[in-house]
Amino acid sequence: MTAASETVLQSFVLLRLGERRFALRASQVAELVAPSRIFRFPHKSLALEGVILRRGRMIAVCDISEQLTGTRLDTRRFNLLATRKYGPQLDWIAIPVSGECELITVEMMESSANDSPHVDGWLSHGGEVIEVLRLSALTPGPAEPLLPAPLHDFAEARS
Amino acid sequence: MNFPSSVRSHPQRTEQIILFRISGQTFAISSASVQEVRSVDNIAGMARDLPESHLRKVRHSIRRGDRTLYVVNAAIHFGLQPQPASLVFFLRRTRTALLIDGIEKMTTMTRLQALSLAFQGEERNWYRGLTTLDQAVIPVVNPEGFLSLEELTLLEAAQFSADAHLASSEIPGAHVQ
Repeated sequence: MTAASETVLQSFVLLRLGERRFALRASQVAELVAPSRIFRFPHKSLALEGVILRRGRMIAVCDISEQLTGTRLDTRRFNLLATRKYGPQLDWIAIPVSGECELITVEMMESSANDSPHVDGWLSHGGEVIEVLRLSALTPGPAEPLLPAPLHDFAEARS
Repeated sequence: MNFPSSVRSHPQRTEQIILFRISGQTFAISSASVQEVRSVDNIAGMARDLPESHLRKVRHSIRRGDRTLYVVNAAIHFGLQPQPASLVFFLRRTRTALLIDGIEKMTTMTRLQALSLAFQGEERNWYRGLTTLDQAVIPVVNPEGFLSLEELTLLEAAQFSADAHLASSEIPGAHVQ
């Protein structure tokens, strides 16, 4: 078996937040929709702006741009609807993005212990090195346990 | 792995709700949870000060029968800018008398969606969930979410202190040491 045959290609959605590009595993992305009215009501989850209505479902909106780039998004072109794990459950969350999104299939380099908790891995694409985002570290809710890569894979296979 | 079951729709189930306003924000409450609606003017004579209340949202109590109800300023509870309240909801099976700005209407909701799991703060106690009416999202309040057990304990202590103060002032010759 050659090294090349061991590479695992995965699909990712590239998204733009301001001047920077990030990636999410395509399996986590449900839909890309035009920005719609955000319904706001009193709450104490500071990272959330409110909810949007999508096909009768109310989805929490979380601008993760400030955490990643230091500034909030001034222009929103789409809401990227992604799934986020909450223990054994999945729920959708809407992530505002500022530019076009792109689906790519590449090999991901696993994150290391030195990387920030929000980095699930790294992609090399178009001359850029792009962070694959771990939404559980960027959005409110319980964080997924960070395990060394082999154990992480094992945990994923069991879930 | 599953999405929360509470997001599945139950179109056959309906519930009568009251839409009400607090500081310009619309909320809903099950009409079955509201025992009585009174105007603020109407309860002014019944309300007693709670000077030692440590809760900013509760400054008065009302004695009804053998129970003491606590008057909760809903605007302060939700972190909204308080405005002069005009109505009070006496909430069934709670010790809360809720100050609100006004009632919009009574209507029926056909679907209650649990709050997204992304909401992790006190709002999980504040709301039973969200509903949609005329393409607008309305939070449906939890009548038991206005006063926690800890808050009730604090209020009972404040009430006890207020009662003791009142009793001592009513006894001729009694002095507060």
